[in-house]
Amino acid sequence: MLEVERYELFAGPAYHFDLERRDFFKLLGGGLVLFLAFDHPAAAQESGRGGRGQGLPQTISAWLHISELGIVTVFTGKTEVGQNIRTSLAQAVAEELRAPIASITLVMADTGLTPYDMGTFGSRTTPTMAPQLRKMAAAARETLIDLAAEKWKVDRASITVADGRLKYSDQSVSFGELTHGQQLMKTVDEAPVTPANKWTVAGTSVPKTTARDMVTGTHRFTSDLVRPNMLLGRVLRPSAFNAKLASLDAKEAEPIKNVKIVHDGDFVGAVAPDELTLAKAIDALKAEWTADPQHSSQPSSKDLFAYLKSHPEESRQRTTPEQGSVEQGLKSSDFIREATYTVSYIAHTPLEPRAAVAEWTEGKLTVWTGTQVPFGVRSELAEAFSIPESNVRVIVPDTGSGYGGKHSGEVAIEAARLAKSAGQPVKVIWTREEEFTWAYFRPAGVIEVRGGTLKDGRIAAWEFHNYNSGGSGIETPYDVQNKKVEFQASASPLRQGSYRGLAATANHFARESHMDELAAAMGMDPLEFRLKNLKNERLRAVLQAAAAKFEWDKTKSIPTRGFGLACGVEKGGYVATCAEVSISQPDGKVKIERVVTAFECGAIVNPEHLKNQVEGGVIMGIGGAMFEAIEFDDGRILNPHLAKYRVPRFSDIPVLETVLLNRKDLPSAGAGETPIVGLAPAVGNAIFHATGIRIRSLPMVPQGLPNQPQPTA
Amino acid sequence: MELVVNQKHYRLEVHADRMLLWVLRDDLGLTGSKYGCGEGHCGACTVLIDGAPTRSCVTLANSVAGKPITTIEGLAQNGHLHPLQEAFIQADAMQCGYCTPGMIVSGAGLLKKNPHPTQAEIKEAMEGNVCRCGTYPRIVAAVQMAARTAGGQHA
Repeated sequence: MLEVERYELFAGPAYHFDLERRDFFKLLGGGLVLFLAFDHPAAAQESGRGGRGQGLPQTISAWLHISELGIVTVFTGKTEVGQNIRTSLAQAVAEELRAPIASITLVMADTGLTPYDMGTFGSRTTPTMAPQLRKMAAAARETLIDLAAEKWKVDRASITVADGRLKYSDQSVSFGELTHGQQLMKTVDEAPVTPANKWTVAGTSVPKTTARDMVTGTHRFTSDLVRPNMLLGRVLRPSAFNAKLASLDAKEAEPIKNVKIVHDGDFVGAVAPDELTLAKAIDALKAEWTADPQHSSQPSSKDLFAYLKSHPEESRQRTTPEQGSVEQGLKSSDFIREATYTVSYIAHTPLEPRAAVAEWTEGKLTVWTGTQVPFGVRSELAEAFSIPESNVRVIVPDTGSGYGGKHSGEVAIEAARLAKSAGQPVKVIWTREEEFTWAYFRPAGVIEVRGGTLKDGRIAAWEFHNYNSGGSGIETPYDVQNKKVEFQASASPLRQGSYRGLAATANHFARESHMDELAAAMGMDPLEFRLKNLKNERLRAVLQAAAAKFEWDKTKSIPTRGFGLACGVEKGGYVATCAEVSISQPDGKVKIERVVTAFECGAIVNPEHLKNQVEGGVIMGIGGAMFEAIEFDDGRILNPHLAKYRVPRFSDIPVLETVLLNRKDLPSAGAGETPIVGLAPAVGNAIFHATGIRIRSLPMVPQGLPNQPQPTA
Repeated sequence: MELVVNQKHYRLEVHADRMLLWVLRDDLGLTGSKYGCGEGHCGACTVLIDGAPTRSCVTLANSVAGKPITTIEGLAQNGHLHPLQEAFIQADAMQCGYCTPGMIVSGAGLLKKNPHPTQAEIKEAMEGNVCRCGTYPRIVAAVQMAARTAGGQHA
């Protein structure tokens, strides 16, 4: 096993507990407060508890309050960015508390109120946070039963809980009646939870709890927030990446009424009461920038892949020990294929650009911002302003998406820096161009694959070298005796970071395309070839389910219509994708007509929301597969606008069919990422089967097919 | 200058170069219309002007003075959601919800002009609205659902 993806690694702070326990009742009022403690460090590590070997003073991962009125509030550091965990986590709590979903409120991602959490990424909320909340809610239920047993002086086993009430014989009491007048505080680590086959709230399609706020426009995203006396702020951007400020002339900007210019080292910004004045002030600033001599020749997207291969970062190489002997395996092979695959940088393009509102009060800083890593952003702010973390509070309103793109705190720091100088709260909303330029990208990469097969279709050798795109999903799920898998990071010309599915999209594209190449070399059906080399039952199940729904056995590719498939496993989820494409002649325009996705991630928590996530992953995948690519030259992004950077739109959407396999006997895994990984290779394989053209780079058809269609090989 | 937004009249002093989106959001506090690109390419800022879907981020506030403007906040009537708002909830036609107001306003504008649009007509009319979460098929389904439930009667 390769270690966890490098850009998921965030050092946790040494101390994770902001609220003194005695403060709880002061803050929340009386009632019952439960803390969930971890008892084993592995789980703590997984949910992002930071611990790097040092004894953690605290191992509290969540808390829950039942007020004296019976209102249930759950506190978790997780962030809602559209994946619907505010709903699914409430389902888990409602299930165990035997209380209506509407009676449960989640306070999320507020460093002043919620326990430390490493961040919301890696599809970890469902497998790690949900079971924790479940346990805590179950413990709360058991505590309420204890209180009721004491009140009624009866055996606790004779008490039942349903619909937010406890019942014994003909007596009944609400949560609030039991918690009234109490100040009860408990730390729990174990409690009996409900198995998936007995779920009644989880496992059902509970509607999104904030849907009404969304459709009426009343939900307040960060960019919608207003504080008293708030100003708007913006930063003056350098002329290119790594450029240094040589000189600044603010003579024309400073006299603009109600404008304040902030200049601190290379940081230049302005605040103003309205967006037009602000834009005028920024435009009036005359800055000269000099290229950083260390970055004198910055590569362009044209020579990206050669650059990545020739600029390794030696310290960041990961290799799994070679199994068997690839050399021997290749010698024994009847068919050998060798190919290089590439993936471009792509941008997350969250529809809500980064935004932050910052407010200083007596040396303490509060920042509202849309981030997937609120505690990490708190650390960034504390460091940037040399203040203790205890003086920084980061609050994350439910955010206009992230897809792995909102792990960092630049905009929070910018708003705080401007607010500090202005002496007033400041809101910064990045422009779309800033979002396309100054955030970070999904890593580009080069993947070299060599595979050998025997006449009977068994894989005899597998060699896989990934340069820079990352280690997620790099291992092959197929049975291969002789294999070698390597990842080598490169000195990336652009700032790169996490993305939905991380490197698994690139690695699946290379692997599943290459599997298809091997099958074609042997003249074997791609489905048969995969099944012949696949023992993993869960992966076989999704592959067979997708093929059955797609009616794979009835498909026959012709030059204007192709059919392809791919499968994979990532982050505990199993996916298979079948795609049908049409190719119009003579222009070579490729359209994805139909996609069948089969997905299995253990016990399903919310079928409708899961289906929505699978569809969303597939559609986002269409962009990276077909046309999305960041173009750059000499330290500048060349296409930082939606008019030049094409994202999937209504007309790109194929007929989507989703098959969900529900494994109630298995723990639930996350679903936000894995469904994306099969799309690109399935489409690439379909294009090949139609035209005989094998496309080995993502995006595959930014300008249609590279050559005129050829007869199927 | 007078703006007529959701049937309310507002008297404002607005600089001639200011775009409607920011006047709605920052001067009138109507933050349902969103900034997504500032170039009219994502549809998050869509409002109805004289009933027609319009990108408020590239529309000068002055140019629509006195004309009836409907924002997402003005679609519900007397506490009753617009049929398309109901349909979005029914169809689970959102994830993060940031594009949702613009999508609903665009869809409402379409239904007003064409109460029973075909799937192709819906896609064509809404091609300028981006949902990065990829809920497009659900949005199409929601527009069709609203067309059915409202029987073509839209405010």
